[in-house]
Amino acid sequence: MPTGAIQATGEDVADSVRATRRPIWWCGGVAAVAWLAAAAVTNGWPDDGDLGPTGRLAGCMAVIGLLLLAMTLTSRYFALPRLFRTGPWLVALALLFGTWELVSAKLNLLPRPFFAAPQSLLEVYIDDWPRLIESVAHSLMLLVTGYAVGAVLGFISGVAIGWSRAVGYWMHPLLRFVGPLPATAWLPLAFFVLPSSWTAGVFLIALATGFPVTVLTWSGVASVNAAYYDVARTLGASQRFLILRVAIPAAMPSVFVGLFMGLGGSFAVLVVAEMVGVKAGLGWYLSWAQGWAAYSNMYAALIVMALMCSGLISVLFHLRDRLLNWQKGLLRW
Amino acid sequence: MVAAAGVRLAKLSHQFRLRGAALPVLDTIDLAAAPGEFVALLGPSGCGKSTLLRLIAGLERPHAGRVLMSERSVEKPDPSRILVFQDPTLYPWRTVRQNVALGLETRGLIRTQGGRIDAILRLVGLDGFDNAFPHQLSGGMAQRAALARALVNEPSVLLMDEPLANLDSMTRLSMQAELMALWQRERFTAFLVTHDVEEALYLAERVVVLSRRPARIVAELAVDLPYPRHRGSERFVELRHCILEQLGLQVDW
Ligand SMILES: Nc1ncnc2c1ncn2[C@@H]1O[C@H](COP(=O)(O)OP(=O)(O)OP(=O)(O)O)[C@@H](O)[C@H]1O
Ligand SMILES: [Mg+2]
Repeated sequence: MPTGAIQATGEDVADSVRATRRPIWWCGGVAAVAWLAAAAVTNGWPDDGDLGPTGRLAGCMAVIGLLLLAMTLTSRYFALPRLFRTGPWLVALALLFGTWELVSAKLNLLPRPFFAAPQSLLEVYIDDWPRLIESVAHSLMLLVTGYAVGAVLGFISGVAIGWSRAVGYWMHPLLRFVGPLPATAWLPLAFFVLPSSWTAGVFLIALATGFPVTVLTWSGVASVNAAYYDVARTLGASQRFLILRVAIPAAMPSVFVGLFMGLGGSFAVLVVAEMVGVKAGLGWYLSWAQGWAAYSNMYAALIVMALMCSGLISVLFHLRDRLLNWQKGLLRW
Repeated sequence: MVAAAGVRLAKLSHQFRLRGAALPVLDTIDLAAAPGEFVALLGPSGCGKSTLLRLIAGLERPHAGRVLMSERSVEKPDPSRILVFQDPTLYPWRTVRQNVALGLETRGLIRTQGGRIDAILRLVGLDGFDNAFPHQLSGGMAQRAALARALVNEPSVLLMDEPLANLDSMTRLSMQAELMALWQRERFTAFLVTHDVEEALYLAERVVVLSRRPARIVAELAVDLPYPRHRGSERFVELRHCILEQLGLQVDW
């Protein structure tokens, strides 16, 4: 048919145009200029005092600017859509770093030492990275162990409470009484009773994770559409099948809400436990830095901690997206 | 080929409790279906048709009276009697294929008889959608998937609760023909709840008309027409008028 033929050739033309000439990534050019300008200011304008490796900081900024410039110039031939979408953010970050550098290092408008300059943070990462890495490793070990214990136990008890009337009868009052207590309230007792501060930390994190996971797994199992059970029963399903293949999959969206809440709670408990009892990890690093009035170290550790927590949340989001790909309208992280 | 089984309802009564008061739904229903018979149930909305099917399926225990299959009392659900629900109730976390496979999985037949799924999906016109999730289906497709989920088990009694209600009229006609062919091939005992008098007459050997709640049997008509039936034939139209009258409609049009 003539219309079909016209449409087809139209698309072909559009395709070939797209293949040979992609649009230039103008935003990348702006970002490159912004980063190079920030580098120039950092390097050219003398610091107000001795703050750290200013030259290296300027070097880093210049490298970012040059990379962006190179990508802009080649953007007609090599498109990196995911990176290109972050263009406005790259501009904003350059402005942010430039301003921060100006008001802290150059103009000294923010009271020192409570506000650190970018080069001071860079100095911390250059000098103290072994200790930071070690702290992250300690924190991760403690957090992952405690979270895993809490999530598994919470999931199992949630399913049991939701499924079995007898378990529900005994567990429900217990859960209502003890559950709302913040995990940190157990802190003195835990460090006193448990054999090591590490097991105490695991216990506290597991507690903080376990409560929301239990409650939301339970509510997920309890609110499964009764018709799902009817369907399975007419098809000859056993109790085991009803629990494992009907109740649990149907409750998974709710379980994940609990897992997210538990993860948030476990971060809080992790930091407190490390500040108070466990003599390792990022929480400990923070309080140590505070003790020495090493504010640059504190900011450096805070950034690392933000990266760690946000990374863990992302991992959980990925897991959910894989397991619950049947749900429509999932929030993208 | 399955061994069809007769179903007998003996003085079957049922009631629900609604805010403390008894809500009678079925009133001494006596009905017998011979092995391989096709019975259609018609009745006003809310009279208790779905409840009747749930009782036959064994999902609920009757308040009084008995449900018998091959003269044995029905105590609990069994895959030999399969109910196609009024709502498709597909599992949203399973693909169409996995939903259809449900009965084979529960009975541990998925290894040996999994091949049947493809044939059934083709029969209901869902081939090509086997990896779709239920939220990606239209209402009619979901209903066809639910039908496939029942048929793949080759039940000896098939209970259908308005299985074709959400389909467009074209698809419904072709599904009626498919159902007819399937029943003639497999000869399961069939109970079909429907609001569509023509559908009942096209498919069933016997049409049972129920009263308003609590449901009693107000009429039973043997449909003495050979298969395949023609919707325009004189006798067909006559029977249709007769049933509409039983349902309390004035038939002067
Ligand atoms: N679980 C229940 N608890 C209380 N009442 C119920 C329950 N299930 C059904 N009923 C009541 O029983 C009556 C019959 O319901 P049923 O679903 O069997 O009707 P139906 O004939 O299938 O109607 P429709 O044609 O609209 O599907 C209704 O009045 C309904 O309110
Ligand atoms: Mg109904």
